[in-house]
Amino acid sequence: MRISVYIPLVVTVVLAVLVPGPARRLAPRPAAWALACAALVTALGWLGSLALLAFAGFARIPEVAAEGRWSVSALSADDPVYLTVATAAALALAASCVGLGVAAVRQARHLSWARRECRRLSGDTELAVLDDPSPAAFALPGTPGRIVVSRGMLRCLGDSEREALLAHERAHLRGRHHLFQTLWRLTAAVSPLLRPLADTGGYILERWADEEAAAQVGDRRIVARSVGRAALASAAHPPRAGMLAASGGAVPQRVRALLAPPPPRRALPFVGGALLLAVCCTSLANAASDSEDMIESAQRAACATELKAAGVPGEPVRQPGHGHERCCPRGERRH
Amino acid sequence: MHDREGEASGRRARGELESGVLATLWGAEEPLTARQVRDRLPGDLAYTTVLTILSRLYDKGMLVRHRAGRGYAYAPARDEASHTAEQMHALLEHGSDREAVLSRFVSELSQEDEQLLHRLLSDQDPGQDSAPVGKEP
Repeated sequence: MRISVYIPLVVTVVLAVLVPGPARRLAPRPAAWALACAALVTALGWLGSLALLAFAGFARIPEVAAEGRWSVSALSADDPVYLTVATAAALALAASCVGLGVAAVRQARHLSWARRECRRLSGDTELAVLDDPSPAAFALPGTPGRIVVSRGMLRCLGDSEREALLAHERAHLRGRHHLFQTLWRLTAAVSPLLRPLADTGGYILERWADEEAAAQVGDRRIVARSVGRAALASAAHPPRAGMLAASGGAVPQRVRALLAPPPPRRALPFVGGALLLAVCCTSLANAASDSEDMIESAQRAACATELKAAGVPGEPVRQPGHGHERCCPRGERRH
Repeated sequence: MHDREGEASGRRARGELESGVLATLWGAEEPLTARQVRDRLPGDLAYTTVLTILSRLYDKGMLVRHRAGRGYAYAPARDEASHTAEQMHALLEHGSDREAVLSRFVSELSQEDEQLLHRLLSDQDPGQDSAPVGKEP
């Protein structure tokens, strides 16, 4: 408990610092899955750690201790968690839960909006063309999802580049990339430290779709040209009101990755990541069982004082079943 | 290229071909005949396949056509395909919103990004089948 409860938090920090750089250079599909696992495990570890820390403080509230029949003084003597730490953890836990709730509502709203929009778009074809001169292209998840491309985008691409664009958006829909996106956004809402992971994830999804498009079109350079051309055309076009300046730098990176040979499959980063996550899980389990032990011994201590007060000599003996139910023979209650 | 996954994905492949045909027609400056569409689509598609897709899209009201020589020349049905202006703006703006659950093909570029891209792309063979960048008729 002394250290293990903090390890999931440390693992989160380590992943947030170490992952974003190298993950961008890995083969995108396994990288996306690994990142999804990492985000999920660390978010749960984060919540678990905070909950244990908060509980350590919560258990020292006299009313709570009376309800659970454990001794506050034994707990405080045993427990290494400072009250300030416990309070901070409780606040962080509350913030995480609120953040998660808000993000979940927001994601659900966006998904249902996309679904509705999919149905509202004219035609029943996979591709819906918007008759608009500004270049835009995106995938709308739904059942089935639609590929939305503006006339302006289609006009600025060559024949094979259009095919690459369609293959890219199709890969988003087929790979259910919106689910990855949702998972990362939710985990980033749980722990702000996971935000770099979510940003990296967004980039990796684009790379994944680029690679799928390259496999489909059969020429990486065509996809590179398609991405580059589309970006330049968007930049040349006067920005639409309300359009956010999204993170720059991603498109040149993608083009460069496509002009290079496909990323090699490497095992080492994944093994390393898996080890870190395993450490996170074990230490959380460890901390949880420590915390349980501590409560149990505090209950025994409470028993001992009660028995002593009742004049029964000797050590309290743990009875089979729930020790604290049986340790006060005549069902005396403390007040 | 599309039918390598066998017949099970026949319907999916047909949907993809529809997309390809639609994209080609929207990307073209003028109406195209079935043969022209076929020439612009990648892979070796049979003429009749393209013709079938064109007539299906026409039946759905997504294309307009007029006589050209012995066959027809097809163009996208513009008022049919367009959202109302208001809906479309909402869609485009929402679609460009980073919070939305959409994956955009490209994001905005910084000045340096733009120069870098120009350099990266000019190292490539100039797109022989490509329209000039940013040209909007």
